[in-house]
Order: sequence, then C-alpha cells, then structure tokens
Amino acid sequence: MFETRQRAAASVWLTGCRNRKLPAMILALTFLLGFQLAGEVTARTLGLTLPGPVLGMVFLLIALVLIPRLAALVRSAADGLLAHLSLLFVPAGVGVVGHLDRLGTSGGPILLAIVVSTVLAIAVGALTFVGVARLTGSRDD
Amino acid sequence: MTDFAEIWTYLARDPLLWLATTLAAYAVGDALFRASGRKPIVNPVLIAVVFLAGLLWVTATPYADYFEGAQFVHFMLGPATVALAVPLHANLARVRATLLPILAALLAGAVTAIGSALGIAWALGVQGEALLSLAPKSATAPVALGISEQIGGSPTLTAVLVILTGITGAVVATPLLNALRIRDWRARGFATGVAAHGIGTARAFQVNETAGAFAGVGMGLNAVLTALLAPLVIRAFL
Repeated sequence: MFETRQRAAASVWLTGCRNRKLPAMILALTFLLGFQLAGEVTARTLGLTLPGPVLGMVFLLIALVLIPRLAALVRSAADGLLAHLSLLFVPAGVGVVGHLDRLGTSGGPILLAIVVSTVLAIAVGALTFVGVARLTGSRDD
Repeated sequence: MTDFAEIWTYLARDPLLWLATTLAAYAVGDALFRASGRKPIVNPVLIAVVFLAGLLWVTATPYADYFEGAQFVHFMLGPATVALAVPLHANLARVRATLLPILAALLAGAVTAIGSALGIAWALGVQGEALLSLAPKSATAPVALGISEQIGGSPTLTAVLVILTGITGAVVATPLLNALRIRDWRARGFATGVAAHGIGTARAFQVNETAGAFAGVGMGLNAVLTALLAPLVIRAFL
C-alpha cells in the first residue's frame, strides 16, 4: 500500500509537472504507455494468460483509486483514444482478406453463433441484473 | 515526368500510403455513419474494412505490406485498453452502489456470450482456429485481439467477429430489451456493454445517459473477465 508520505510526494510531483507546463498530451501518453509496459512485463514474468494491456488497465485503475489527481493528467490522452476506439480496429479488421476462404466455408455457422449468442447474452445479462437488483433492493436513482 | 508505375513502386513499399488510406477510409465511414443519422447498421469500421480490403484486392497488395503502414494505428490499441481504466474509475461510486447486480450480470452475460457462441459454432462443425477466434468476441476490440492471440486463435479473424458482434448488439438491444419489458436503464446499458463492447456502449449512450455509463462499466469489466474466462471455456471444447 501507498504510505501517506509517498502519496503526498507523488501529489507534489504531479503538481510540479503541471506547473512547469509539461505538454499534457505527452505526459498522459507516457503514463498510458508506462502502465502498458508494466502490464506486459508482469504478464510475461509471471507467465499469465491475461494480455499485458489488460493488466495495465487494472494497474491504472488501482493507481487512480490511490491517487485520484492522476485522472486529470491521463484524461486528455484517454478521452482522445477512447473517442476513436473503433478506428484502431480497422487494420486488424482488414486482415479478413486472409480469411475469406475460411469464412466462405464456415461463415454461416459463425454468423449464426454471433447473432444468437449476442441476443442471449444481452437478455441473460439484463434479466440477471434486474433480478439481483430486486433481491438486494438496489434502486435506480 | 516520372512514370506512374515508378511512383507506385515507391509508395507501395512506404508506410505512408497505407497509413493515410486507413485514416481516410475511416473518415469516409464515419461521415456516412453521421449522414445516416447514426444508424448502428452503418458501421464506420465495417465500411472502412470493406473498402480497404477491396482496395488491397484490386491492387494485389499483400496484407503484410498494408500492415507496414497500418501498424501505427494498430499499435494504439494497447494504450487504448489501458485508458479504459479512466471511465471505469469515473463511475466507481455507482459501481460500488450496485455491486451485486453488476457482478451477477457480468458473470451471467460473459459466460452466456462465450459459452453459447462456442456451443453453437461447435455444434455446426466449426473447428480449430476459427472456433478459438470466436471465444473473445464480446470483449472490447483491443482486449479481444490480445486474448485471441494468447489462446491460439487468429487476431485478424477475431477483429472481424468482434465488429460483427458489436453491430448485432447495437441493432438488437433496444427491441430485445423492450420485448423483455426491462425498464431499468442500468440493467439495459450494462448487459449491452458486456455483450457488445464499445459499439454497444456507443449505442447505449445514444438512448440514455445512465445506460451509456453502465454500458461503459460493463465493457471494461468484461474485458478483464473474458481474458480470465476464455482460456478456461476453450479448454472445455478442446
């Protein structure tokens, strides 16, 4: 756990970064890449099946809970990336050109699996949420 | 004047051409999406992928050459996954207040998504890499690609399946949840985010602010859960 003194020191350092007007975007990207790097290194060192960036996300979430001021620093890059999340998907999606023959033979079953499983998952998820919310008396406010 | 073939030989080897084309194709897809009044079926990613795949086919460009340029966009998937922690953190208080329904719906939705997709495809004779690539299709794009690679699927095939899942979820969510008479916006949004990741979340935000916030939480949590569950469920099918 973070000691109070360490937390105070981190907070002073963060303020320092902002006062010296370090370009916010560069700082934010450095943080995101740093957490990704920490995730990759941890996943590889421990031989985990969890992708490095997912661990990085968990680490960043923990860091945000410990040092809420971090959110303001990371936000500029995070919002930009998440607003155009779907663009980042295009290069991998174009890789479908290498799978056209396979999709030709098993495209129908795969498509059916996707549609049916998505309908089922939404229905089961929503019904479970409503059911448990009713049991625990959780209301929407 | 330099002959066109010579310019083409230069461009085809340079990352610039395919990087620029990727961004342009997405911009066109996004413009069409807006022009359609943001109909989920007019998906900018799908449009860009179809356009670029057609272009590669017409110009007989190998995917590896295309990826030389497009890798700069692809690389940003990693930091984007890390960035998912920011909206998750912003909604942490609401998550804490609804912890039990969230955890139950997350587990039920994720298991249903992975299990039923694999079960149906497997029963219809889909095997090997194609089946493995299907497992993480409800997780958000960058995470799904990483999982697919880890469990021995094909990341490029997974990318296409993830997009198709997102579009399906965005199209069916509203009529389906209306038919089930579910009025709780938290439940509607959360289930859509778990099953249909970012595309479903974008759709939920169009319908209702609360639904959108909970969809974002569902997407983030399912990214972690699918990474943990997919390898286990896969083992049951192999």
